[in-house]
Amino acid sequence: MTGTITTDVLIVGAGPIGLFAVFELGLFDMKCHLIDILDRPGGQCAELYPEKPIYDIPGWPSISAQGLVDKLLEQIAPFKPDFTYNRMVSSLEKLEDGSFRVITDENEVFEAKVVVIAAGGGSFQPKRPPIPGIEPYEGKSVFYSVRRMEDFRGHDLVIVGGGDSALDWTLNLQPVAKSVTLVHRRPEFRAAPDSVNKMYAMQEMKQLHFQVGQVTGLTGTEGQLSSATIKGPDGDVEVPCTRMLPFFGLTMKLGPIAEWGLNLHENLIPVDTEKFQTSVPGIFAVGDINWYPGKLKLILSGFHEVALMAQAAKRIISPGERIVFQYTTSSTSLQKKLGVVEAS
Amino acid sequence: MTKLTFIAHDGTQFDVDAENGSTVMENAIRNAVPGIEAECGGACACATCHVYVDEAWTAEVGEPEAMEEDMLDFAYDVQPNSRLSCQIKVRDALDGLVVRVPARQG
Repeated sequence: MTGTITTDVLIVGAGPIGLFAVFELGLFDMKCHLIDILDRPGGQCAELYPEKPIYDIPGWPSISAQGLVDKLLEQIAPFKPDFTYNRMVSSLEKLEDGSFRVITDENEVFEAKVVVIAAGGGSFQPKRPPIPGIEPYEGKSVFYSVRRMEDFRGHDLVIVGGGDSALDWTLNLQPVAKSVTLVHRRPEFRAAPDSVNKMYAMQEMKQLHFQVGQVTGLTGTEGQLSSATIKGPDGDVEVPCTRMLPFFGLTMKLGPIAEWGLNLHENLIPVDTEKFQTSVPGIFAVGDINWYPGKLKLILSGFHEVALMAQAAKRIISPGERIVFQYTTSSTSLQKKLGVVEAS
Repeated sequence: MTKLTFIAHDGTQFDVDAENGSTVMENAIRNAVPGIEAECGGACACATCHVYVDEAWTAEVGEPEAMEEDMLDFAYDVQPNSRLSCQIKVRDALDGLVVRVPARQG
C-alpha cells in the first residue's frame, strides 16, 4: 500500500495529554505522530477556553489554557513529533505482526506498533441544533457543512446561527441559492463586523432576508424540507426552505473509536492503572477519555498516566531491552535527547 | 448561606443552601438537579447549564454579558429571562432566587 505513514506510536488527540505523551515517549526514543480533528494542537484547551486560567498545573500558580499548550509544544519540540490535523480516525485493524493499521476519514493510512488514545471528551463535531424533529432531514436537506457550493444552487436556503460560519456562508451562497434566509435569535452577531455589515447591506438591497428568531419547526416529506417555522418577536413566521445549514458550534462525541472493541464503560475506555492499557494490548488510553476506579479528569492526572504508559509502550516497541529509570535532571543521555547538552 | 430554588422541568422543586461566591450552576450540580448538564465545567463554553430566571428575580440577577449572549445562541428555546447558570454568582441579594430548568439543554 503506497502512502502508508509508519511511526512508533500513533497518538489520537493533540490535547495537552497527547502532547505530553510525546515527551514521555520521546525520552524512550519512540517517534510519535498525532492526529486531531481540529486544525491546531491543544484540544479543548485551545478550542473551548484558551484564555481561561488553569490553577492546578504543578509549578504554575496560574497559566492560561493556550499558554499551557504553547509551553507543552515548546517542551516536546526536541522530539519532532508529526501532526495530522482536520482528521478523524475511523477504523483500526490489528495486523499479523502485532502492529496496528489506522485509517482516517480522508483515507490516510497509518501503521504503528502502539496506539495511544488521548481523545479527551471525544472528537469535536458540529452540534445538532435544538430544533425538534430535525433528525430525518440530516444529510438529505439539512447539512452541517458545505462540501460543494453547487449542492445549494437553486434552493431556498435557510442558514441558522450568528457566528462566522453562518455569516460567511450566507454571503458566499447568496449568489447561487434561489433565496437565502438568515435566522438568528437576536440582531447582534458573534461574526466579524465586516461580514455582518455586508449582510445588512444585502438585506437592504433585498438580496437576502434576515429573520430574528429561533427555528421551532420543520415541514417536509421523506427527508426533503419544504419550509421552516421561525418563532420571531412578532410571532411565528413560515419561510420557504429546501436546504438548511445550522451552525450551532461544536460538541464532543466519541465517534468511531466506540467501534474499536475496547469494552467501553459509559462511553469511556477502561484501563489498568499500571500501564493505562485498554483491553487490547498495544492500545493505551490516557487523559479524560479513560476510566479506572478513582479516576479524576484532571490534566495533572493525564500527565502522570502518560509517564507510566510510556514505560509499557517501550516494552512493546523494544521487547527485551532493559529499561533504565533516569531523571532528566541528572541523566546526560536524556539531556542529549532534549538537546540541552551537545551530543557527543 | 443563600437560599436558592431550582424547579426541574417536571415541576420537582429543589431548595438548596448556596455559598456566596459560588455559581448557581455549581449548586445545581452539587445537589444533582436534573437537566443541568454543565458539559464544559463552567467555562461559559457550552450553554448546557441554561436556566430561566423567575420573573420576580430578573432585575436583581441582571443581564448576560456579551460572551454569555453568544453562548446562549446555542441553547434551546431561549427566552428574555434565559441565563447560563454558570455565569450567575450567588450573593446575599439573591437570597430566595428561583430558577427553572428548561425541557432540554441543546
